[in-house]
This record gives sequence, structure tokens and C-alpha cells, in this order.
Amino acid sequence: MSTIVGKDLTKQYGYDDSTVYAIKEVNFRINTGEFVSIMGESGAGKSTILSIMGAMNAPSSGKLVVDDIDIYDLGKEQRADFRREFLGFIFQSFHLIPYLTVLENVMLPLTTVKISRKEKSRMAGDALKWVGLEDKRGRLPSQISGGEKERVAIARAIVNDPPILLADEPTGNLDTKTSGEIMALLKRLNTEGTTVIMVTHSVECSSAAQRVLHVTDGQVYEPN
Amino acid sequence: MTLKEIACRNLLRRKAKAAFVLAGLVVGVATVVAIISFVETMTGDINKKLEKYGANILIVPKTENLSLTYGGISLGGVSFEMKAINESDLSRVEAIKNSQNVAALGPLVLGVLEINLKKVLMAGVDFQASKILKPWWQVEGTVPGESGILLGAEAARLLNLTPGQSVTVKGHLLKVSGILRPTGSQDDQLVFTRLKTAQSILGKKGQISMAEVAALCKDCPITEMVRQISEAIPGAKVMAIQQVVKGRMEMLSQFKKFSIGISGVVLLIGSLVVLVTMMGSVRERTEEIGIFRAIGFRKSHVMKIILLEAGIISGLAGVLGYLLGLGATQIATRFFHQGQPVSIPLNIELAAGALILSMVIGIVSSIYPATLAARLDPNDALRAL
Repeated sequence: MSTIVGKDLTKQYGYDDSTVYAIKEVNFRINTGEFVSIMGESGAGKSTILSIMGAMNAPSSGKLVVDDIDIYDLGKEQRADFRREFLGFIFQSFHLIPYLTVLENVMLPLTTVKISRKEKSRMAGDALKWVGLEDKRGRLPSQISGGEKERVAIARAIVNDPPILLADEPTGNLDTKTSGEIMALLKRLNTEGTTVIMVTHSVECSSAAQRVLHVTDGQVYEPN
Repeated sequence: MTLKEIACRNLLRRKAKAAFVLAGLVVGVATVVAIISFVETMTGDINKKLEKYGANILIVPKTENLSLTYGGISLGGVSFEMKAINESDLSRVEAIKNSQNVAALGPLVLGVLEINLKKVLMAGVDFQASKILKPWWQVEGTVPGESGILLGAEAARLLNLTPGQSVTVKGHLLKVSGILRPTGSQDDQLVFTRLKTAQSILGKKGQISMAEVAALCKDCPITEMVRQISEAIPGAKVMAIQQVVKGRMEMLSQFKKFSIGISGVVLLIGSLVVLVTMMGSVRERTEEIGIFRAIGFRKSHVMKIILLEAGIISGLAGVLGYLLGLGATQIATRFFHQGQPVSIPLNIELAAGALILSMVIGIVSSIYPATLAARLDPNDALRAL
């Protein structure tokens, strides 16, 4: 995995007079191992860009090229395979499965991988250890705090060692102290070679990134 | 973590919903099993009773003449001058391969006599066998002894005879022991007596005009019984009373068709319960399915989870439904047998059929909800919250 390139990406909703552009002719380039923050006001188009990067939201026009592969030229099932193997997701509201334990939630991306249960459990255990929650493996999501849920979400995102991590407002629901802990984890991930792309409206969190892309009214700007 | 584990966990989490789907399928399967078991038991029971009471095979002498009678009306004169069958030949019927299927064998000797200046047809019968061959007979009086006669209702009226009166027939003094209640058949016009008495009066000792057979044909087709008896008595013509056989079969067939119709309706309702509940379940799990798709589950993986849930519930419903249906059959058949316990054997084929049927219905009814779940766009699903 080398670069993620967005070329003239446009996402519109509606037709003719009622057309609304979430993003319009957006261009960007993110290199391997970078920590990039995408900032902007609510409704600016940040999450739209992230979901397009995550191969979950086909643009109305334009291309998303990863390692010379036009992602949206692939079929839906191939894009699912791409997400499973190359992407890790941290969602805005954690989105943990409530009836699975912490360990099982972390194992979820490995469900369809053809390895033994023992190996899956070991990998999930390692991911939990990395985020410092190994002692909470048997708990249900309802039995842990918000910060711990975010850590579990990070563990789930990295369990299969993806080269790219996409994080949508990872500290949105957390207090300052916990936010700092989460940002530290993301920085550590990036140090270990993972490309981290994070959407945030927090200036403090954004400062941890190497680059900041600003999104305003569907347009991307990168201050020098 | 496997897809099966995800399916099981979801079922355990949503116990009420799972129980609702389970109940719908259990009731459906139990109803079908109960109806099929009940129909089978009752069909066998009815068949046995029908076959036991009333003749379904006739043994008559071979003749080269065509019949000149139809529906009791004779055209061109009645002739009884056909070759008789030896009574001793009938014992060969006891030696046929399926002799255990013969419920009753009733020899009959016929002859025309004059009583009170009127010509009447006398029939010598085995009154013991008649209990099975003619169960509809109701005697006002008693069954005749060696010197007695039993009059058909019409014969009694025309001859102006009542029980207790005596008549002399060809030098034999015969006492009227009873009168048959009207049967609506030719029996109303006959005079019955014991076989030996009639043979003596008619001068046909050791001979019979015909024989009626009540054959149990559940395990042996009637054509086979006819063939075996024909081989045993080559001088006789043996035939199945087609109307009797076909009438019974038609009745049982209608009964079975009705029960299949009812079963079909119940199963349809069961499958609708599954469909609607699973659709509701899929809608409730939009977030969950969105997560699955976002982290890389294919459509087939999502469908597999939904169908596995349906498969687990419907498999369990198949087993429970079979047991419940069997229990219901026990209660229903006991009711029809006036409280007597009835043994209903475990039918492996029905059990397997119930399990397969339940799973097919559960899974087929879940295909549409599973397809809807698989088609959920992960971005839309996650954004919907």
C-alpha cells in the first residue's frame, strides 16, 4: 500500500434544481505512513470524504485510487474484501455489537478469515493488550466506560493489522483526559507504520496529525 | 468468532423474538404432524372396520350366460339353473396365502319356494358369518334355529306372517323366529334360514349358490385376494365388488385431501409468521448489519447469519413440533376411542419429514429478509443512526 489519491471526487444528492453537493471536485493525496487529519464544521463533507475513502460510499463522479487501483471500479463484494484486508474503521459512536463480549467484538473482522479460532483469539488478545484492555475481554460493551469502548473500537480496527486506519471523530464522545489517551494510541499506531486518516472538529486532536486537510462547503484546502 | 456463533448469540439475546418465531413454527409443524398421524390412525381404523363389516368379494359359479337382471329388476325370466359350487370347496379358502386377511366367509344357497301360495326366494346362510357380512341387519325377534326362518320386511308383509307363526314348506314345518327391519336391499324380499336347513329343503345338500367374502385389504390388494381365491376354487368365478372398494377408497381419499388442505393453510400461516418476524428483526439490526458490511463482510456472509438463525430455530421447531403433534394425536384418538389408550408408534419417516419441512419453511421464509439485510448499504446503515 503506497498512496491514497482522490481525483475530482464529487458526491451529489438529488437532481436538477434540488441537487445538493456534499463534496465537489475534491482532490487529495495521502502517502503511506502519514497521519492526516480532516477538519471542518458539521456538514462540511468530512464524513463523506472518509466514507468514500472507506470504499463504502461511491462518489457521483471522480476516482479514488489506492495503489493504482480505482476502488470504485471494483464490484461491491470486491470492495468488501478490500475493506476487510486493507482498512480498519473506528466509527463515530463506537458501534460495538452489544451481545458480543469485548474479545468477540475485537475478533469480528476475523470472522470470515480462514484461520483457527485459537489464532483468532490470540490476535484479538494481542490487540486488546496493545490498547491496555486485556483484563476486560470477558465484559459486554454495556459493562465498560466510553473511553474503554473507544479502545475496544481501536483494537477491533487493528486486529487484522490493516495498513490504513480510518477514524471518524474518535474522541467525539470523550472527555479531555480520555481523548488525550486515545490520541496517544493513534499516534503510536502511526509510529508503527499505519497510515491514519482521522476526521475531527477538534483543533487539539488535529494537532497530533502531520497534515491537516480543511473541508469547507464540500471543498478541500490544505494550508501550507 | 464464526458466523454460526454470531447467529446463536443473536438468538440468545433476542429470546422473545426467537421464541415467537419458534412458537409459530412449532404450532404449524405440530398441526401438520397431528393431522397426518390422526388421519393415518383413523384411516387404518376406518379401513379395518369397513373391511370387516360387509362383503367386498363374491364367489359365484362360472356361467356362460349373461345376466338378465339389473338393479333387482329381471328381464326375460330369472334362472337359477346354473352349476352350483361344492360347499367343501370353500375350505380351500382357508389355505390361501393371505387367509389371515379373510375376516368372514359366508356361503349362500338360493332356491325358489312356495309359501302361502306365493313364490318366494329362500336363502340358506351362515348366520354367524352374517354378523360380519351384514352388520346392518336388525332382527325383530331372534335368529332362527334349525327349524326356523327369518323373514325380510317385505316378505313378511306379503306373506302376512309374524314371529311365532309356522309354515309348512315341502314337508318341513318352519317357525318364523324373527323379521328383519327394512334394509332397502333385496334382503327385504327374501326368506332366510340356516344353510343346512335350506340345502335340505331345496335338495341341494353339500352345495351352495354363491359365497360372500369380507377381506381385509390394508396389506394386500384386493386383486391379489381375488387371484388367490380363484386359484383355490377353479370352478368358480371370483370378483371384487368394485363399487364397495372404490366407494371406500374415494371416501378415504377425500378425507386425506381435506387434511392436506388444512395442513397447507396452517403451514402457510406459519411461514408468514417467520417472514414477518425476521423482516422486523432485520430492520432492528440495521446498525449491526452496517458494521458487518463496513468491516468487510460480504453479502453472502450477512445472508448466512440470517439463514443460520432461521435454520436453528426451525430445526428446533421441527423436533418440538413433532413431539407436540404426536401428543395431540394421542389425545384426539383417545377421544374417538372413548377414553381407551391408543398406541401411536414413533414414525421415523414422519419425524424426519417434520424436521425437514420445518427447516425448509423457516429458511425459505427467511430468504427475502436475508436478502434485504445483505443489500443494506453500510454507509446508509451506519448513517441512519
